[in-house]
Amino acid sequence: MNKKNRHVGIVGIGETKFSSHWEDVNQPEMIHEAVRAALDDASMTMDDIDCVVHGNMELFEMVHQPDLWHTLGTGAAGRDSFRLTTGGTTGGTLVAAADNLIASGMYDTVLAVGFEKLQEGHTTGGITNMADPLWARKLQSGALTDSAAVKAISEFGEDRARRAAMTYRIIMDKHACLNPNSHRAFGLDWDQMEDLMENSPPLIGDLRLIHMFSQSDGACVMIFASEEKARKITRNPVWIRDHVTVHREETLNLCVNYYPNETTHRFAAKTLYERNGITDPLNYFDVFEMYDPSAWWGADWIRDFFLLEGDEHLKLIEDKEIMLDGSMPINPSGGVLAANPIGATAMVRVAQAARQIRGDAGPHKIQRDVDHAIASSFGGTMWTILFMLEKELNF
Amino acid sequence: MTRKVAVCAMAQINNQSDYRHLRYQGMLMDCFESIIHETHVTFDMEKGIRNVVTCSDDVFDARTISDEAITDAVGAHYRGEEKVAQDGISALGYAMACILSGHDDLILVLAHCKESQSESRNMCTNLAFDPFYTRALGMDYLSASGFQARAYMQASGLDDEDLARIVVRSRQNGAKTAYARPNDMVSMDQVLESPMAADPIRRLHQYPVTDWAAGFLLCCEERAHEFTDTPVWLTGFGSGMDHFFLGDRDLVANAPLKHAAARAYAMAGIDDPAAQLDIVELNDAYAYQLPLWAEGAGLAEPCRGKIWMDQGGMDRSCVNLSGGMLNGNPLMLGGLARAAYAVSQLRGEAGENQVESPQRALAHGTTGPAGQHHAVLILEK
Repeated sequence: MNKKNRHVGIVGIGETKFSSHWEDVNQPEMIHEAVRAALDDASMTMDDIDCVVHGNMELFEMVHQPDLWHTLGTGAAGRDSFRLTTGGTTGGTLVAAADNLIASGMYDTVLAVGFEKLQEGHTTGGITNMADPLWARKLQSGALTDSAAVKAISEFGEDRARRAAMTYRIIMDKHACLNPNSHRAFGLDWDQMEDLMENSPPLIGDLRLIHMFSQSDGACVMIFASEEKARKITRNPVWIRDHVTVHREETLNLCVNYYPNETTHRFAAKTLYERNGITDPLNYFDVFEMYDPSAWWGADWIRDFFLLEGDEHLKLIEDKEIMLDGSMPINPSGGVLAANPIGATAMVRVAQAARQIRGDAGPHKIQRDVDHAIASSFGGTMWTILFMLEKELNF
Repeated sequence: MTRKVAVCAMAQINNQSDYRHLRYQGMLMDCFESIIHETHVTFDMEKGIRNVVTCSDDVFDARTISDEAITDAVGAHYRGEEKVAQDGISALGYAMACILSGHDDLILVLAHCKESQSESRNMCTNLAFDPFYTRALGMDYLSASGFQARAYMQASGLDDEDLARIVVRSRQNGAKTAYARPNDMVSMDQVLESPMAADPIRRLHQYPVTDWAAGFLLCCEERAHEFTDTPVWLTGFGSGMDHFFLGDRDLVANAPLKHAAARAYAMAGIDDPAAQLDIVELNDAYAYQLPLWAEGAGLAEPCRGKIWMDQGGMDRSCVNLSGGMLNGNPLMLGGLARAAYAVSQLRGEAGENQVESPQRALAHGTTGPAGQHHAVLILEK
């Protein structure tokens, strides 16, 4: 494990409310709301920011190099600036980039901007456009797939798998209803299980509308600082202990047993825990903010991220241990099912995990001390970024 | 703790007008294989490449998440891959930070742009303008540069003949540079009679549509010897952003370039760039930009770029001996091409235009209309 040159703290967080339609603001205006909120949160001004890092996906809104126009709202003019983009993982890549840029000593403070205004484009059209135009585009259905459902049903049977996915979905909605920034919060309850499993409109196979993320508008901004600066800026910085990015080529996985023959989630989790000496992640971490694009995926991925076996992940869901007051709270924010402004989504996971550590998450705050958190990003062709956040600087 | 970053290997394909027979994955594959064969670097999780920094653009590739199509070609299967969607020189700057941070020892940088593939670079760059006010006017990078060219010619006295001199010199230098786009030689008269593209910019004043890909293996100071005996060191980087609306900017003041240069110079310990830089590579997408950027980099006094040229500044400071972007590199990679040429000069591999034992070079890139974003990289032997 390489040792970081210096520690990096999260000192400011700002989110817009997430919505299906932000029609009263344009892109830079919407971003500016989150920038303002993050600066206020950190008691900083733009004069205190060395570098602005920006990201989203160009083909969702069809703006080429949108960071150029967005300087109107990001405050990047007169400062250093980078633009990075990696699909759904973009928001996580921006956090990883801020971590690297500050640890390098090149910058003391970095403001990262993740945004998407999906109402201004066509989300599934945009995602479908990632497929190879010669070989795969006619087969592509964007993020809509029931592969996770097929897998879970074949392993655990129709009834148990479907109930687990719907239980996960209702838990996420209960969390979303507490989070004032949620785009979708329906007020679902347990007596609706059967009805939703039967009657929610099917999208593909066992993937139904209720299982799937929405298209949202919104922005998330985070401010990061070197250890020395972070301690001056705030009494409670949240420390980024480590991050790992794992991408995967799309079709090699069709080859049986091709290296390393496990999901990027599990690979990333193994790598990160090994590097940091975490032997029992389920006990070590106090909260997990997961990038869960659908209830089927979210339910399935718990197993990989905590390196579980068999049906351990289903038991966590069935016993409601992933709820706010459970043994391993997952997505107190409501997760991606509550809001998905894609370029911001992965950053929101880190931001929400950091808020839980700070203890100021709002109505969806976990009612006990949160010292250790993980946050994941998902995108591309099953890509993962995984972050470890800490309350104390003792690593 | 490492304080500088080594370029251990570099690979590129020829700059060409149209790679009809290669997809961009194939363009990158050639660069990737060259670096692997030259250095024998591995993808071992402990000692090898764990992270790849790529540079490309979704609009020019006409693909959402266009880096998704190259995960295998850049060796990122079950490894990190982070795409910088600016001029590739920013990808080198970011990769430097990844190594200086201590997070990674090795970073592979791979960049591509296949400009010939898009219907029109003007249409692509029109999309960089906001959809409410400026896009519908038909603004693109060419028309934005037209405004800047006019403003700069008025402020500095630069005239049509000066611009023709820059183009003729670019073609001559390009012809002496390996991997440069093959172009016809042009005479002063041919440039002066070239049709207007966006007054005062003539067709021959702008860089020709080009396809290109390149790769770099970067490594921390302590381990550079494992992969090369002739490292080139990256010692300084800075970038700068200007305002978006052209009317909010002083188009000839070079504010973002001055900011970027000041940061890079401070990091590399440079206080007199004209004296301390042996090679200068400026990202001149249009002829007028060469003297303008020279001012921004501190080689010439403000608005005296013409006088600097008249006094032989271009050759004295070894500016754009590669032929510059004007000879032909794709948008997004102009700055990266400047860095690639700087590496070849510092290694003594620049052929006919080789300068005698250069020690320090500057490479510069721009992103956006009329140089809204600039980045400056300092390289040393």
